[in-house]
Amino acid sequence: MLTLKEQVAMNLRELYETYGYSQYRMSKFEEYDLYARNKDFLVSDNVLTFTDLSGKLMALKPDVTLSIVKNTKDLDVVQKLYYNENVYRATKSSHGFKEIMQLGLECLGPIDDYAISEVLSLAAESLRRISQDVVLDISHLGILSEVMEASGIPAELRSDAMNYIAEKNLHDLTALCASCGVPEEDLSILRQLVTMKAPLNADSYQTLTSLLAGRVAPQTLDQFLRILSALEDTEFASMLRIDFSVVDDIHYYNGFVFKGFINGLPGSVLSGGQYDRLMSKMKRTDRAIGFAVYTDMLERLEQPSEEYDVDVLLLYGDVSLSQLRQQIRTLTASGRSVMAQRNIPANIRYREMITIGEVEKNA
Amino acid sequence: MLNVALPKGRLGEKVYAMFEKAGFPCPSIKENNRKLIFENAECGVRYFWVKPSDVAIYVERGAADIGVAGKDILLEYEPDIYELLDLQLGKCRMAVAAKAGFRDDTRRQLRVATKFSNIAQNYYRSKGRDIDIIHLNGSIELAPILGLSDVIVDIVETGTTLKENDLLVYDNIVPISARLIANKSSYKFKGAEIDQITASITAQLEEGK
Repeated sequence: MLTLKEQVAMNLRELYETYGYSQYRMSKFEEYDLYARNKDFLVSDNVLTFTDLSGKLMALKPDVTLSIVKNTKDLDVVQKLYYNENVYRATKSSHGFKEIMQLGLECLGPIDDYAISEVLSLAAESLRRISQDVVLDISHLGILSEVMEASGIPAELRSDAMNYIAEKNLHDLTALCASCGVPEEDLSILRQLVTMKAPLNADSYQTLTSLLAGRVAPQTLDQFLRILSALEDTEFASMLRIDFSVVDDIHYYNGFVFKGFINGLPGSVLSGGQYDRLMSKMKRTDRAIGFAVYTDMLERLEQPSEEYDVDVLLLYGDVSLSQLRQQIRTLTASGRSVMAQRNIPANIRYREMITIGEVEKNA
Repeated sequence: MLNVALPKGRLGEKVYAMFEKAGFPCPSIKENNRKLIFENAECGVRYFWVKPSDVAIYVERGAADIGVAGKDILLEYEPDIYELLDLQLGKCRMAVAAKAGFRDDTRRQLRVATKFSNIAQNYYRSKGRDIDIIHLNGSIELAPILGLSDVIVDIVETGTTLKENDLLVYDNIVPISARLIANKSSYKFKGAEIDQITASITAQLEEGK
């Protein structure tokens, strides 16, 4: 029987291949130097390292995107890749390292409106293939950065401001703005962006257009709204929301960022965005967008395990091998699962027990 | 059903009164017994009392949709949650205190005793000061008196405990108060109820001003 995680993995791989994404396989190891140079891109600073036979410091991959960026080359076409790999991360809760299965896709190259809308669609479709009760929050770091710049929040306070935006924390954001003399009108815009959870429709676009006029470059806002409105007639449009509290590290990400949520799971199960800044940090001229699905979180959606481990517990004593095998064949042919044992195993749940031959009394 | 984690104690009782006024009453919570979970199916709300420092964990992991936690706990554990409101309750501050006459000798590593290692670490990192954290679980004031540390980083309410132990506040790190927090995923699917509570409590706070 496939677990939900395995079913989802198969399902999503099929989805990505339908859109021409090819699987990118990689080794479990990578030179540590790659992570040392891009520590802030990682979820955690801690990386599992070891020295290989040539004396090089190696790491068990804590992330897949960095390796894909490092190992692909700039091309004049969009490279469409997906992966299904284990990564090794330190987790806050377990005080140790965990092996986590990560499934995701990356789109690298001359990224245009279509490529962005395709990745957003595939993110939404990935969520829908897991559950029907889902939300994909979409934000834009370019818009947020331009609003912050226009409001006069000093560069050294912008990362604090971003944290407050991510927390929808209006009180601390207001205090921060007051401390650096942000005008009331700009604060009001920031507050409206932080609390926004708007559906994709003309009213939302109108609100954003009038709110951001003069503060965000027209081409930035136009592209944002153009791509969102193209998603309006899709069957998943109702699960998409504009929510500017989705943020990511502005040193690596720019443009669209998004997070997916499933009712019943406590955190986001999907996270992604445009990471042109990571590309240029790694001396790439291509642009890029991608997302990852944290399939390990799906365990919590699993239905309770079946009531019985096995339909029939077949206890056998001294019988001929052919007699025993015949009995098992008859049972399995009737569609039942059978476990043959000489004694009853501890903690087993069975529907029915059948004995064959002389079974020991203590069995 | 909206699950609400309340901090045990006086603060939790005050907060419950706010929730009750916001249209989410659960009269059984006022019965004097040792029960930890109280439910009002009619209003679609379930409250549970938890240790104040655990509220953020319940909310981050989705066992509670919303809860009330001190800013000290949020800064220390940095949970991935929404911080929707400053409830202006349980006001105090996180401060650096030391014995009277203390002078920071920058040629040496500063020994800091605290229950809040992450807050202390972040504060001194922002100042570029090299420190040695001594993590204690209680009676922090003892540390500088016995020479275990140079300073302490701790919550100061009235300052009486510090005064009685001949300690003085040298720096204020951050003001602390109780915050209304929400699980990020719950907010997507139970946003209407959470917004109703947030709006009502905001109005109550405005009235009380």
